Amino acid sequence: MQSNEYLPFLSEIKAVIKHTDIEYTFRLTYEGNVKPGQFFEVSIPKYGEAPISVSGIGSGTVDLTIRRVGKVTNEIFERYVGDKLFMRGPYGNGFDIDSYKEKELVVIAGGTGLSPVKGIVDYFCSHSQDTKGMTLIAGFKTPKDILFREEFVHWQQKMNVILTVDSAENDTTCKVGLVTEYIPQLHLNNVNEAAAIVVGPPMMMKFTTQGLLKRGFHEENIWISHERKMCCGIGKCGHCKIDDTYVCLDGPVFNFVKGRQLLD
Amino acid sequence: MGYCLDQAGFNQILNEWSKEYFVYAPKLFKDGGSFSDTDRIRYGEIHTVEEIVFDRKSDYSYKEILLPLSQTLFFFTDDMVKEADLPKKGAVILLRSCDLHAVKRLDEIYLQNGCEDYYYKRLRDRVKFILIGCQHSFENCFCVDMGTNRIDNYDAYIEMKNGEIYVDNHNDVWKPLFTTYSRRTPEVIPAYATENKTHIHIPDGITPDIAHSKIWDEYDSRCINCGRCNFVCPTCTCFTMQDIFYVDNGKVGERRRVWASCMVDGFTDVAGGGCYRKKNGQRMRFKVLHKVYDYKKRNGYHMCVGCGRCDDICPEYISFSNSINKLDAAIKEVSINAVK
Ligand code: SF4
Ligand code: SF4
Ligand code: FES
Repeated sequence: MQSNEYLPFLSEIKAVIKHTDIEYTFRLTYEGNVKPGQFFEVSIPKYGEAPISVSGIGSGTVDLTIRRVGKVTNEIFERYVGDKLFMRGPYGNGFDIDSYKEKELVVIAGGTGLSPVKGIVDYFCSHSQDTKGMTLIAGFKTPKDILFREEFVHWQQKMNVILTVDSAENDTTCKVGLVTEYIPQLHLNNVNEAAAIVVGPPMMMKFTTQGLLKRGFHEENIWISHERKMCCGIGKCGHCKIDDTYVCLDGPVFNFVKGRQLLD
Repeated sequence: MGYCLDQAGFNQILNEWSKEYFVYAPKLFKDGGSFSDTDRIRYGEIHTVEEIVFDRKSDYSYKEILLPLSQTLFFFTDDMVKEADLPKKGAVILLRSCDLHAVKRLDEIYLQNGCEDYYYKRLRDRVKFILIGCQHSFENCFCVDMGTNRIDNYDAYIEMKNGEIYVDNHNDVWKPLFTTYSRRTPEVIPAYATENKTHIHIPDGITPDIAHSKIWDEYDSRCINCGRCNFVCPTCTCFTMQDIFYVDNGKVGERRRVWASCMVDGFTDVAGGGCYRKKNGQRMRFKVLHKVYDYKKRNGYHMCVGCGRCDDICPEYISFSNSINKLDAAIKEVSINAVK
C-alpha cells in the first residue's frame, strides 16, 4: 500500500525566535531534504492546517516563520521549546540554488515574503565565492515589522543590503520608501545576465517585476513565488489552481515567463 | 454476455452482492428537494431493484461514494494520529454514461495529479460500476456534444424493460450469479442517448485573456455564489480541511475533508485576509474555464461530461451550457480589444 500523505508527523520545537509581536520563527526538528521556497503544512489538531514556507534550513531542523493571523496560527503561538507540532511536507518545487550561481543576483522581498527567499540569501552569504554580486532589498511596513533583524546585521557584511520601510515612525535606522524605488539605481555589471527573485504581496510583485523589466532584466532571469490558499499541498484540493497550473505542485516558485501569465 | 432476469431474480443477486458490497443507486428521497413540492433523486444504498429510479436523472451524482461530502481522514490526540478505518465492504455503483466518464476525471485528479490520494485509492480499488442505459436524453443534458453519451468499460450494463431486467455482464466473477438467476440469455446492447436538445460548442483559440471579456460581468449580480452547481457536478473534486474536536476532551478530535466550492466565499482566502477572486463573475469564469478549457490543457480532454446537473439545480436559472456558447463571442471581443 502506498503511503498516506495526509498523516502528519510530530516535530519538536527546538527554538522560538520572536521577531515582532505577531511573527515568530519556530525551529523544528526535521530530517530530510528540503529547499528554500518549499513549504510544510503545519497543523495544530483541532484547529486545522496552514501552509508555511521554510525560512531556514539547519542540520536536522527547519525554520518556519509564522504570522499570528487566523485561528490556526494563533494556537501555535502558545507553543514553546520542547513542545511538539504536527506537520507534513515539504511540498512545492522550491528555489533551485544552481540557477543563481555565478551570477549577479538581486533578491527583493516584501514583508513575510522574506521567509521563502531567506534560504537563498543565507546560502550566498556563506558561499560568497558562488556569486558575482548579491543585493538584497527588503521592505517592511514599519520598523516594528522587520523580520530577521539579527540576520540583517550579518548579511550587511557580506552583500549589498537595502532595508527599507514604508513609514519610519521616528526610527532613523532604516531607509524609508518602497522597494521599487531602489531598482533604477541598482549597480550591475551586466543586467543582461543578472538574475532577480521577487517575493511579496501581489501588488508589490507586480510593480517590482515591472521595475526590473524597465531596468533591463530579462523576463527569463526573474523568478517569483506565489502565495495561495493550499489545503492539501499535493494537487488534490483545488484551492491553489490558477489556469492549468497547481501552485502547490508546479510552484510556488515560477520563472516569470510562466508566472506572469497566471491570472487568478 | 447478455441476461434477462425478473425482479425477484435480480433481488437475489443484490442479496448475494450485499455480503461483499454496498450497492448504491439513484433513489427517490421524498420532499428532499429545495422546493417543498419536489422530491430529490440522489444516491443511496439499495437492497431491491424496486428502489432504483431508472426513469429520471439523479439530481446529485454518484461522486459522494468515492469522495464523501465529509470524510474523516484520521483521529488525533495531542501526540498521536490514527488513520480512519476503511468501510467494511466494497461498493457497486449504478450510474449513467456521463457519470462513468466522470470517474475518469476523478481518477485523473486523485490518482494522477501529483501523488496518489490514499483515501480515494483505497475506496476506488474496491468499486464496481454498473452502467444504466439512457433510452433518451433528459433535460439540459449535452453528453452527445461532449462525447460522453457512450461508454463500454463497465462491469455490467443494466436496463429495465416491461418489468424485466436486462443485463450485459463484463465481469467474469459475476457470471455464475447471472447464470443462476436469469431466465433467458438474450443479446443485450447498451442503450445510449443519440440526440440532446441542448447543444454546446467549445471554440478553439481560448486563451487566458478571455478573462478580460465582458461576458463574465452579468454573473456578478445574477449568481448568488451558493455553490450548488459545484456540489451536483460529478467532476468537481475540491475540498477543504476541517478539524473537529470532541466536546468532552478538547485535545482529541478528528481531521476531515469536506466538499469545497470555487463559487463560495472563502475558497481563495489566505491567512491575513487576501482573497484572489472576489466577484461572482470571476468565479464563474474560473469554473467554466476549468470545465472546458484549462483542465484539457493539463490532461488532454475536457473535464465537463455534459450531464447538465448544474443547469438543473441553479436557483438563479444560470445556464452553464449558455455560458459555454458565449465563449466564441468572448474570444472575438478580447481579440478586437487587443488590437485597439
Ligand atoms: S451559478 Fe447558480 S448554482 Fe452556481 S453558485 Fe451561482 S447561483 Fe449557485
Ligand atoms: S459542469 Fe455541469 S454539465 Fe459539466 S459535468 Fe459538471 S454539472 Fe455536469
Ligand atoms: S494545495 Fe491542494 S491542490 Fe494545491
